[in-house]
Amino acid sequence: MARKIAGPEIERLIQLLGRLPGLGHRSARKAALALVKRRDELLLPLAAALGDAAEKLRECGNCGNIDTLDPCSICRDERRDRSLIVVVEEIGDLWALERAAVINSRYHVLGGHLSPLDGIGPDRLNIPKLIERARDPIVSEVLLALSSTVEGASTAHYLREALSSIEVSVSELAKGVPVGGELDYLDEGTLSAAIKSRRRM
Amino acid sequence: MQWSDEGLILSVRPHGETAAIVEVLTAKHGRHAGLVYGGRSRRMRPVLQTGNHVDVTWKARLADQLGHIAVELRRGYGAEAMSDAKALAGLSTITTMARLLPERDPAPNLYEITMFVLSFIDDPSVWPALYARWELSLLDELGFGLDLSQCASTGSNDNLIYVSPRSGRAVSASAGEPYRDKLLQLPSFIRDGNAAAGVTAQDLKDAFILAGHFLEARVLTPAGETLPDVRARMIELVTRGSDHLRQ
Repeated sequence: MARKIAGPEIERLIQLLGRLPGLGHRSARKAALALVKRRDELLLPLAAALGDAAEKLRECGNCGNIDTLDPCSICRDERRDRSLIVVVEEIGDLWALERAAVINSRYHVLGGHLSPLDGIGPDRLNIPKLIERARDPIVSEVLLALSSTVEGASTAHYLREALSSIEVSVSELAKGVPVGGELDYLDEGTLSAAIKSRRRM
Repeated sequence: MQWSDEGLILSVRPHGETAAIVEVLTAKHGRHAGLVYGGRSRRMRPVLQTGNHVDVTWKARLADQLGHIAVELRRGYGAEAMSDAKALAGLSTITTMARLLPERDPAPNLYEITMFVLSFIDDPSVWPALYARWELSLLDELGFGLDLSQCASTGSNDNLIYVSPRSGRAVSASAGEPYRDKLLQLPSFIRDGNAAAGVTAQDLKDAFILAGHFLEARVLTPAGETLPDVRARMIELVTRGSDHLRQ
């Protein structure tokens, strides 16, 4: 039986940290030790930040993003292109696009993808609000930035159909060779998609 | 314990941060699951797409353990179907419905039929009819096959156009006439086994109603389940946009 190395509070802290992605039990112990050792500069500010976040975080009623404001900071930003809505599956995808700073638009977070296996149908996704937003005359394009997986593609086809009665152009991300990708190492599916979407130079 | 086989990926679930539990319909070992190390890696994600045809090597210390699976891609049906809504719906429906098969119970005939249907998945004039027949083969494999060889009432095998929703046996036009509103339609392509030629949109609808009725009544309802939404969506897509089919 493993020996307990500290009191129940620290054990609980280690246990909870160990549930975070990227941290196993050993890494969680290291993180807990770092927090305990740097109580004033790390532990207390982190506890306060976690408390603040837990208290103030809410889902944006417009796009489904998570923020302390509702509508979120992105929806409030007047400098963003209001004619384009980028549809993503999860908030992590929105963050990835924002991190890359490649598009200056507004987003719509679906909250997942269609999955027959998990019984996730259209009613479980944030689709009605997307349709409502797309009806706004100022919106001219909806970009479906969904995963290049069977489930992501099924969701994209469903959304394209759901948006077909609205006068907006529906686009999707290109599929093909990633930057730094060597053809020799690419799977057949990616190669096939790249060949299909080849373009004249 | 170790075996190698070919199979069709039915589902992929993340396990921890790097691995995945993959379920495969194999040719000789039935529906079988296993852990794929590094199954969530960039290298493996394209391979582990639902509907892909793969080579599988399963290893475990004991036969009843989950075991580990090594997977190599044979044909990426998932990626091939992604740009085609109908094909994708067909692929998703097959992989969802195939999960009705019991685990680790070999179904080599159904596997062969499954791969045959998938080989036509890029041809919308053929695969919907093949899929309709596949559902009846699935019923057969599950032990609830229909008897379409002769009329349940008269014993004749002439002009069989109905199926009894209770017994699952064919009924001839003359014997079924008084009960026509209560009987299910038996499309000719199901009866004659010719899935490629002259299949109308109405034939397809009738075939899906026929198979759907028995799948629900004999397999799903007793288990407290219903037909998956993806099947309804597939049927809507293939029967609505059936310009290639005779109306």
